[in-house]
Order: sequence, then C-alpha cells, then structure tokens
Amino acid sequence: MIDTVQNAEKTPDDEQPYAELGLKDDEYARIRDILGRRPTTAELAMYSVMWSEHCSYKSSKVHLRRFGDLPTSDALLVGIGENAGVVDVGDGYAVTFKVESHNHPSYVEPYQGAATGVGGIVRDILTMGARPIAVMDSLRFGRADAPDTARVLPGVVAGVGGYGNCLGLPNIGGELLFDECYTGNPLVNALCVGVMKHEDVHLAKAEGAGNKVILFGARTGGDGIGGVSVLASETFDAEGPAKRPAVQVGDPFTEKLLIEACLELFAQDLVTGIQDLGGAGLSCATSELASAGTGGMHVDLDAVPLRDSTLTPAEILMSESQERMCAIVEPGKVEQFLAVCRKWDVRAAVIGEVTDGDRLTVDWHGERIVDVPPRTVAHEGPVYERPMARPADLDALQADDPARLPRPTTPAELQAHWLAVVSSPDGADKSWVTEQYDRYVRGNTVLAQPEDAGVVRIDEQSNRGIALSLDGNARFARLDPYTGAQLNLAEAYRNVAATGAKPLAVTNCLNFGSPENPEVMWQFAEAVRGLADGCRALGLPVTGGNVSLYNQTGDVAINPTPVIGVLGVHEDVRTRVPAGWRTAGETVLLLGETRPDFGGSAWASVVHGHLGGRPPALDLAAERTLADLLAALAKQGLVSSAHDLADGGLAQALTESALRYGTGARLALPGDAFTALFSESTARVVVTTADPGGVKLAAEWAGVPVTELGTTGGDALAVEGLPELPLAELRAAWTATLPALFGGPEHSTPLTVPAGAVPTS
Amino acid sequence: MRIGVITFPGSLDDVDAARAVRLAGGDPVALWHGDHDLKDVDAVVLPGGFSYGDYLRAGAIAARSPLMQDVVSAAKQGLPVLGICNGFQVLCEAGLLPGALTRNSHLHFRNRDQLLRVERTDTAWTSDYADGQEILIPVKNGEGRYVGSDADLDRLEGENRVVFRYVGGNPNGSSRDIAGVTSENGRVVGLMPHPEHAVEDLTGPSTDGLGFFTSVLKAVVNA
Repeated sequence: MIDTVQNAEKTPDDEQPYAELGLKDDEYARIRDILGRRPTTAELAMYSVMWSEHCSYKSSKVHLRRFGDLPTSDALLVGIGENAGVVDVGDGYAVTFKVESHNHPSYVEPYQGAATGVGGIVRDILTMGARPIAVMDSLRFGRADAPDTARVLPGVVAGVGGYGNCLGLPNIGGELLFDECYTGNPLVNALCVGVMKHEDVHLAKAEGAGNKVILFGARTGGDGIGGVSVLASETFDAEGPAKRPAVQVGDPFTEKLLIEACLELFAQDLVTGIQDLGGAGLSCATSELASAGTGGMHVDLDAVPLRDSTLTPAEILMSESQERMCAIVEPGKVEQFLAVCRKWDVRAAVIGEVTDGDRLTVDWHGERIVDVPPRTVAHEGPVYERPMARPADLDALQADDPARLPRPTTPAELQAHWLAVVSSPDGADKSWVTEQYDRYVRGNTVLAQPEDAGVVRIDEQSNRGIALSLDGNARFARLDPYTGAQLNLAEAYRNVAATGAKPLAVTNCLNFGSPENPEVMWQFAEAVRGLADGCRALGLPVTGGNVSLYNQTGDVAINPTPVIGVLGVHEDVRTRVPAGWRTAGETVLLLGETRPDFGGSAWASVVHGHLGGRPPALDLAAERTLADLLAALAKQGLVSSAHDLADGGLAQALTESALRYGTGARLALPGDAFTALFSESTARVVVTTADPGGVKLAAEWAGVPVTELGTTGGDALAVEGLPELPLAELRAAWTATLPALFGGPEHSTPLTVPAGAVPTS
Repeated sequence: MRIGVITFPGSLDDVDAARAVRLAGGDPVALWHGDHDLKDVDAVVLPGGFSYGDYLRAGAIAARSPLMQDVVSAAKQGLPVLGICNGFQVLCEAGLLPGALTRNSHLHFRNRDQLLRVERTDTAWTSDYADGQEILIPVKNGEGRYVGSDADLDRLEGENRVVFRYVGGNPNGSSRDIAGVTSENGRVVGLMPHPEHAVEDLTGPSTDGLGFFTSVLKAVVNA
C-alpha cells in the first residue's frame, strides 16, 4: 500500500520513523508545519536526506557565510552555491574545481567508498559544463602500523586509482598523512578540476514550463540508500549494526560514457539545466533543480529505470546509485538528446517536466506521493547556531612548548633525526601510492606528485595551464584552528607559487568531529574565520567547498583537518619550475626567514611523539611577497628548481629535491643546524640557480631574505658539520617505509601456464 | 599520411595517440568502433584505456566490435596496426597477436617510467630505433602481465617476434620480460607501455616514444 498525499491527509496520527531516518523531533514538527499535514513516506524520505548535515550544512551554514562576505574577485565567474565555483583563467578559459569528502563510506568499505568519492566529485565538475581534466586526493589514516590502517589504506588507494584511472583522469598530486586520531575515521578527500570556455558554463536550474526532465546514466538500485543521513551525518558507534548497505558501488566505465555523452550534449546545446545525482540522489537533484528554477516540477517516479524492481518509491528517491545525471531539456531537443545518449550506450528516460506552479510533485503509477514546496526541501532546511566552547585542554596544550624537548646534541644524532623524519610514514616516499595512479593520461600533465603542485596544460597552442595544491596540516589546526587553517592556506598558496604560477582561487574540505560537541564547533568556527581572514589577506576568493562533520568514533574527534586547495594559473607552462635538482654546479639558496618554530612540527611528532605549543608564526604578507618573487623568477627563467619548506622543514625539502633526480649537494647551514634543518617557519622556499647574483638581486629588491646554502652536485648530501649522507643511503631509508608497511612485491615467480591454455596466434 | 586512432567506449589515450601522430608529422583520423569504416587510413592505432571497463576480460568485448572485423582483415593485407596497452589486449583478444595479458603479478595498477630494450627494428613501427636501443617510456596498467606457455614462448622467441623487453625491472611479472610482440609479417605491433606519453619534453619522461610514429610514416611510404 503506497502512502499517498491523500492518505497522509486522512491519517494524520500515523507514527512515522523519522528518528530512524536521522530527523530530530523539532525537525519533524517543522516538516508537518510546512506541509500542513504529516509527510508521506516518500516526502519524509526526501526531507530526511536533504535535511541531513551532509546536504543541508545546518551546523556549518552560519559560519560559512564568512566566505560569501569576502571582497568580490574579478576572477570568480560562478561562486559558492552551485555544484562548483568557476574561475576565469584567461584566454576565454574557465576552470572549475572542488574537493569533497567521502570519509565515512571509505571506512566502511574502503575500495567502493573511495572510488565513488572520486566519481561524485567528477560529476560535480562535469555538471558545470566542464571537461574534467585531473584529480587529486588528500588522505588521512590512523597510525601507519595499526591493523585497521592495513585494512583501509590499500583499499582506499586502489579505489581512488581504480576509478580515476578508468575515467582517464590523471592524478596530479595530493597528500597522505597518518595520525592516531584518524583510527576509525580515515579521511578521503577527492578533488577534481575541469576546464571549459566561459560561454559553456552550465547551471543547475529547472527553467521553462513544459521542458522535460531526463534522468540518464546508470539505472537506480538499492545501493547507498540513506548514505548521507545514516553514514555521513552520524557518529560511528562500536555497537551499531553493519552499515555496508549504505555505501554506494561505483562503475567508472559508465561514468566515462556519461562524461563523453554530457560533453557532446553540451556541445550540441541540448541542455537547459543539469544536476548530478550524488548524496541524496533524486531527492536532491529534483528539489535543487526546481528550487533554483523559476517554477515547479513534476516527476513520474515509475519512469525511473531500475536495477531492482522491488524498490519502494521512498527508496528510489533516496537511492545514491552512482553514475546518474538529471537534465532539463526543451521538448524539441529531446529526440536529439536521446540520440546522443544512445551513441554512448547511456540509458536515458524522460521522468517528468518543469511546471508553472511552485510545487515539486511526484507520482507513483498515477498516485500523488509527494507534493512539497521545493525550496523547503533543498534550500530552507534547518539552520543551527550550535553552542561553542574553546577546548578545555587547549591552554595546557599550547603551554606545552616543544622547547622543553631534548634536541640532538651530536652530528650523528642530528643525522639520525633527519633520517627518522624523512623515513617516517608522513615524510617517506609516496610512490607506493602514486604508482597506482595514472598521471600521464590526456598528455597534458606537466608536473605531478611528488612535485609541490600539480600542473596541467589546458591549451596546446598557447601553453596556458593551471597549478593546484591541496594541503591540510591537522597538527597546526589542533594547536590553533584559526592560525592552522591559515597555515594550510599559506602552504597550498606557496606550493602553487613555487611552480611559478599565480595563485587565483581557493577551495576547501573541512573535516571535523561532531558539531554537537561545543569544542568541535568552536574549532570549526575558528578554522572558517581563519580561512576567510587568510583569503582576504591574500586577495583570493573562496569558490566553494565541502564540510564533513561527525568524523569521530565515540567521544573522540579527529584533529580539526581543514584541507585547503589553491588554484593558480600559468600563462605559459613551459616556464614551470620543478622541485627536483637535475644539474650539478648550481647554487642552492634559501628564500625566507628561519625562526625556531617547532610547535606541531614533524620533528616533535616523529622523534618525541609530541604535539604542543604554538604552530609556526603566520606572515601572509611575506607569503605574498615570496609568491610574487617566485612568479617573476620563473618567468625570467632564473631558477631551475624551487621546493617549498613545510612539514619536516629543510631536512625534508633537501631530501626530496636531491632524490628526485639523484643529484646531491655540498651545503653549509646558517646558525644552529638543528633549527636550520627542522624548523617549520613559513614563507620559505629552497631554489637552485645558475645565476645566484640575479636571484639574490631580485630577492633583495622584493625584500625577501636570501641565504646561500651551497652548491648542487655529487651523490651525497654533504652538510658541513654533519656526517656525509650518501644519496643511496638516504633513498633506501626514504623509500623503504611504505612498502615495508603495506607490501611491495616487486616480482613474483613467473606464472606457469600449461601449453595450449592461452591462444598464441 | 593518414593514421587512424580508434575510439572504443572506455578508450582513454585516444587523444594522446592522435597528438603523437600529429607531432610525428602525420594526420590523425578519428575512427569509431561501431562503424564499418576505416576511412582510407594508412595505418591504425588502438589506444590505451579501459574499453568496456575491462569487463569480461580486458580487450575481449572491443575485439568483437564492428570496426575490429575490418581491422583484422586489413591487417592480414599488411595494414600497419599498433596496439598500446588496452589496444595490445584487444589485438591479442582479436587473434592478431599471440599471447595474453593477465593481472599484474603484484596485483596493483602500476604507473612508472620504464626502460625498454628494442629487440626488433624491422617492424612497421620500430624502424627509427637502433637495434638494442634502450628507450624510456611510461608504463601504466593493472593487467599487463604477458603470459604464454613455455612452448609457445619458445616458438615466439624462435621466430624473433619479441619487439620490446623490460629492462631494469619488470613492472608486472611478464614472462621473459616481454613488453611487446609483433605479427609474423612485422606489420602489427602490440606493447603494454605507452609511447604516446613520451612525445614531448614538457609532459613525458623523454621523447623516445615519437619513433613509433615516425617509423610508421616511413613504413607507409615504402609500402
């Protein structure tokens, strides 16, 4: 028996399972208020998913407004609120980029959780009218040697790779970091970037009464039902039932066809409005399209192609089956639209039309099961001003200064700490992961991991391109979320600038614990305030973002983890600056000033298991000056490498630059060697140059401090006062860590195949 | 010189193959898997990717597409055909090349810059290389482990049909380090690594891959 609108009017007192669907008492009461009756089962399903934390941003909205208050930027073509922001990168090109979390599903089912995380963000980019051109991933796991990390990490990496590789999108970089706090709450943040011409921007709105609503892509199944409300918006409970059925299953092949079909539909101008189906599935797509449009919408739900004929209407509305899109199409273009879909073997069905009214109505075999004002579903959900409180332990944490930690006293000890930092899971070579990703496909990848930023050419004639970096140091954010968020912004900004690009716009993925915990809410609010202030200081707009809350198991929240993405533009990617040393005989220069900044440092964490004190001092004016200088140096071809200093300080940067192409250096460190090697002072970059005079002059003009460190060459890092460090030894330490933890079978015994088992001609 | 590049559903490196043809001085011609139309091309490239999502077996479904029937008959008449990665898998599934590609021995997708030794320089696609030359081009696959029975591999080697071998590490556990093989007449070549990703200094680890495409242009002229 289907619960129709008529039935709901007649049976106002029927008990409804709103609590099980994640709605609070007052939220349910408000739905009844809006409708003037109890919701039908299908309506309840729609409201429950759309009013979930994941879709409604009900706890974060009041804070995120700060991003909207930033000064307008000429570069911003489409801002927050659409599927992804769009930025003008010159020559008529527009770039759209966004990072999104798929944390909870990836814990429950690592491969599919991560894979569909990539799939979802790619559809967001596609929805804007852009061809997706690259992906990145920012990953966090519990201790590298924890048993659960061995379960989750390989699956997540394989899932990110499996989906992205099959879509033909190069993976150009990201992060992989470990911390106890992510045990049980790994973070999987996926970024996608797409490119289009200005005139090709598409928006998610349903306009023009009589226009058809077409659902296309994969058929709808029972996977991912309630994913956003059950998984993403609740704290994991050790006692709870298995949540695997709420994780979606991905099919990247279908998504690849969907991408090509959509781009052809856009090119032939067959689409009026378009929305992807992600979290909250059809509930989200229909209500958001209708809410953003001018009229109403009617949907015949029985027209939706199904994978499982036993699904109820409510389940169809909530299903998060992947690889689906919803388009608004003029009646005269429907045939052409369907023909393009047929060419790409993409299933498409007309499921409804745009109406004159202001209601979203849904019928199931002729009976009305949904009749709601779409704005109340999509855009007028609950908004909470959650209570906030500065974490009770923060004063003690900040007072616990790393100055008290024992420092290495002998040259041998200094070197041992150096090796410990660069061979720690956070500092070690990430090839074990990145070799599982295709970085070459499409042939435009100019720089990819392990470079500071990914750089992609977007025009083969003009050589215009973009640079992207994702950074999210959670230790800094734990010590001071306001400064920590800005430090992450500064690092991503610096990484993009190190390649010679001009930073242009910011996106973010804000991963925090439960908003119902006032201390978490305070961390969140502080991080948002920090990021907004940082963007204002750097003159960059926030183009959009994603909030992931409830990243906690029981009472223990993750460290606040604001992952910040910065997009930059290269007028000519041929002038990009890589991070590795190739040539002997070049001068190694340190740009920027080193202070004793050890709070939240990799050294304190790796050597002493310590987190305390204050994060490094932030100087956004210095970052800006440095970025301008780096762009000028790149343009003039004055530097042949540039590498940002961040986690692990100079020790980490020297290691990575030397090992990239196997070129060593003879160096003398200024001042105290310990501080020189391990401080994480900001606004610093190491460059190499054949023209030290020219670089010094440019730096002095810009007001950037320069320190000459030495000369490249040889097959060791020979630092004055320290034992010489042969690159072979350094490489062995740096590369061994991840394979030792997660397995690295280089060869296995050749497969023996019985004669005749394999066709040979 | 018209070099066709086939797009199957799920082909990914078709744009790269077309670019490589262009940089070598040829005219890339887009071919569609569903058409029985080779558009008068002088040679054909089957690009990398995941045709049909690698469902069933990598390359198995694409090998049965309409256009592949035309490719098979034209290849038997001497049309130069290059299969890269998934294209190599398709050629094996279509019976144009011997052997089979299975899951990498370590079970991971692996992308790295790989040294290959050129073992044959008299095929349609390798004449611009020197015998025994080592070239650096990317390899990236999950199912790139070349296998065959010992007897079949002995015969293949006896007929001198191994065109490329992995040097400095075997990335996927392929038998006898075989990276690529050729047909009896040397006109059809398949390999797992990606020469089309090594055609520009800006984006590749080298420009060693260009030789494939300059070679075939000469092979076509001389045919």
